Amino acid sequence: MSTIELLTNKEYKYGFVTDIESDVIPKGLGEETVRLISEKKGEPEWMLEFRLKAYRQWLKMSEPKHWPNISYPEVDYQDIIYYSAPKQKATKKSLDEVDPELLRTFEKLGIPLNEQKQLANVAVDAVFDSVSVATTYKEKLKAHGVVFCSFTEAIKDYPDLVKKYLGSVVPVGDNYFAALNSAVFSDGSFVFVPKGVRCPMELSTYFRINNQESGQFERTLIVAEEGAHVSYLEGCTAPKFDKNQLHAAVVELVALDDAEIKYSTVQNWYAGDEEGKGGIYNFVTKRGACRGRNSKISWTQVETGSAITWKYPSCILQGDNSIGEFYSVALTNHAQQADTGTKMIHIGKNTRSTIVSKGISAGKSNNSYRGLVKVLPGAEGARNYTQCDSMLIGGRSGANTFPYIEVMNNSARVEHEATTSRISEEQLFYLQQRGISQEDAVSLIINGFCKDVFRELPMEFAVEAQRLLGLKLENSVG
Amino acid sequence: MLEIRDLHATVDGKEILRGINLTISKGEIHAIMGPNGSGKSTLAKILAGHPAYEVTKGEVLFEGRNLFELAPDERAREGVFLAFQYPVEVPGVSNAQFLRLAYNEKRKHLGEEELDPLEFKDLLAERAKVVEMDASLMSRSVNEGFSGGEKKRNEILQMAVLEPKLAVLDETDSGLDIDALRIVSEGVNKLRTPENAVVLVTHYQRLLNYIVPDHVHVLYKGRIVRTGGKELALELEEKGYDWIKEAAAGA
Ligand SMILES: Nc1ncnc2c1ncn2[C@@H]1O[C@H](COP(=O)(O)OP(=O)(O)OP(=O)(O)O)[C@@H](O)[C@H]1O
Ligand SMILES: [Mg+2]
Repeated sequence: MSTIELLTNKEYKYGFVTDIESDVIPKGLGEETVRLISEKKGEPEWMLEFRLKAYRQWLKMSEPKHWPNISYPEVDYQDIIYYSAPKQKATKKSLDEVDPELLRTFEKLGIPLNEQKQLANVAVDAVFDSVSVATTYKEKLKAHGVVFCSFTEAIKDYPDLVKKYLGSVVPVGDNYFAALNSAVFSDGSFVFVPKGVRCPMELSTYFRINNQESGQFERTLIVAEEGAHVSYLEGCTAPKFDKNQLHAAVVELVALDDAEIKYSTVQNWYAGDEEGKGGIYNFVTKRGACRGRNSKISWTQVETGSAITWKYPSCILQGDNSIGEFYSVALTNHAQQADTGTKMIHIGKNTRSTIVSKGISAGKSNNSYRGLVKVLPGAEGARNYTQCDSMLIGGRSGANTFPYIEVMNNSARVEHEATTSRISEEQLFYLQQRGISQEDAVSLIINGFCKDVFRELPMEFAVEAQRLLGLKLENSVG
Repeated sequence: MLEIRDLHATVDGKEILRGINLTISKGEIHAIMGPNGSGKSTLAKILAGHPAYEVTKGEVLFEGRNLFELAPDERAREGVFLAFQYPVEVPGVSNAQFLRLAYNEKRKHLGEEELDPLEFKDLLAERAKVVEMDASLMSRSVNEGFSGGEKKRNEILQMAVLEPKLAVLDETDSGLDIDALRIVSEGVNKLRTPENAVVLVTHYQRLLNYIVPDHVHVLYKGRIVRTGGKELALELEEKGYDWIKEAAAGA
């Protein structure tokens, strides 16, 4: 082994398909599709208006094809199913009424939903294709005043909150994919933590795309009122299909005075095969608004899946002394492409942001970090620290860093550090000489490289993330 | 325990080892000396299975088995240990985590139960005493930011944890201060049993004052050109290598 090079990937173990009867609308997108989705969901007029406004804007926009460092064939938006829901009773009083096939699917994915087996201390909203099929611990959370439910329920049960905050962070016409999502989103999660409440458990949403022809367009909205705290995690998987599938989600976070939102993602969508056939196009808009003083929003992401990843979880630091954080591990292997990073917009005084990005590229994959740090004139005393590290495995992968820095206030301090490294033969040999197999050695080195990000993840998920990286890179060095 | 027969090896097409013969029995200590660039580290790394070197001729038997049939990690689990001349840094991986992984690999190999972090902590604390290793170095990343001497001491700590059958120490003495040299040497002596063997690659007699070799070999231009008892090292200390080089040239 004188050159380090790439072999194959471990089988994707979430690649199975659930055989279930679904309510599917015909392929294609038009104003009538938007109306049909809204009707299927029994939505009020204002919601339909929101969708139509977004749809009309989307028609006038074009796909961001030029600036991201990714390339893919034209997406045919008329060849996608915009609504696919497993057939089951519309209102479920308890989890017992959820289709057992669905419960089995989520159990297979490691997300048991029924009462006896539920994950301790983590409430789960399970989204299957276009709809949320179950939410656990809902009543327990309600007792603390915390609302955690599907977006569909939120529109029915908390219309004022939804009206107030939906689209307030990511406006309907923000970008091409956000506009598309705003027009056709079918479900997602809604979290509301009222003033002074610390959410008593982790909240999480698990997204599963099952239908080969359908896209997934979900919407997440999390609001933390004054002094509220919440930690939220999302996980995602999809079956293996030869065809690419589109996933265009929008996540909006709002933190008021002294509130804190921690948002973690472990993304493991099907990435396509070694040649790049199939896999998810993950075009996602995630943005958090630190509206209040001393508020804090922290994004932690471990991105290992998807054929293409295009996402920039951002923070708008509006409140004085507010804090934004972005901790990211993005791993690409084989033919995967990722263009991911963050935006930190400093508006308030003494706002602080930290960016730690770890990109790992193996195979012939391409991994770009793209980040914007913007300090507006009023952001007296703003501070940013960016650390951006890339690791290359093998000789055919690529890594790029595109940092954009715009500072309009002289008192601001912005620091940027970047490194690029390779797993060296000497490191591997050293670890092997101590009896550690080559695969374990690679995974040890990678986990060491990502440590600063992993330690930001909730405990249970840190272990999962480490395991995942190990699996993804198995046999990647030969 | 170890039998090297007519070993030839190249790196990038350049011949470095040109016919090494050496037999090491259990319980023995061998010292290998020789001028810079003579091939000492190359020999050590070939025994451990470094991928950069190509063996072009000869064989090495370790406990009767062909060593070259084993991957580097298999050799390690079988009990071959190399204390590196230049230990490698592994950022983000704590020394304790690394040592536990290595230790458990060996236990698995022997069909024994793995130790959990708490059990291992006790074992590590006990082994750390052998080299008087500062506990703060356990939670730091492997070798990262370690001083030269700390790195060398860390190598012997690893030896103490893994208890190899054959330990090759490549210039472990260089970089150690006077006290550290004594402590580390005493540590190596404590790890000796009638069942294991140690190869010391060194340039200086002072190490051999502490760890007394049964045999001393001089490597020059890829061959062992002289073998003797512990007096040979003293003679080299006094006279340098010129007389050996001349003799080798004349031969
Ligand atoms: N990977 C390599 N690539 C090229 N040349 C090498 C490589 N490894 C060793 N060499 C060469 O092989 C020769 C022997 O090197 P080696 O490190 O074995 O010497 P040494 O006896 O250990 O020397 P020292 O006493 O300085 O440690 C040297 O000329 C060295 O430059
Ligand atoms: Mg050497």
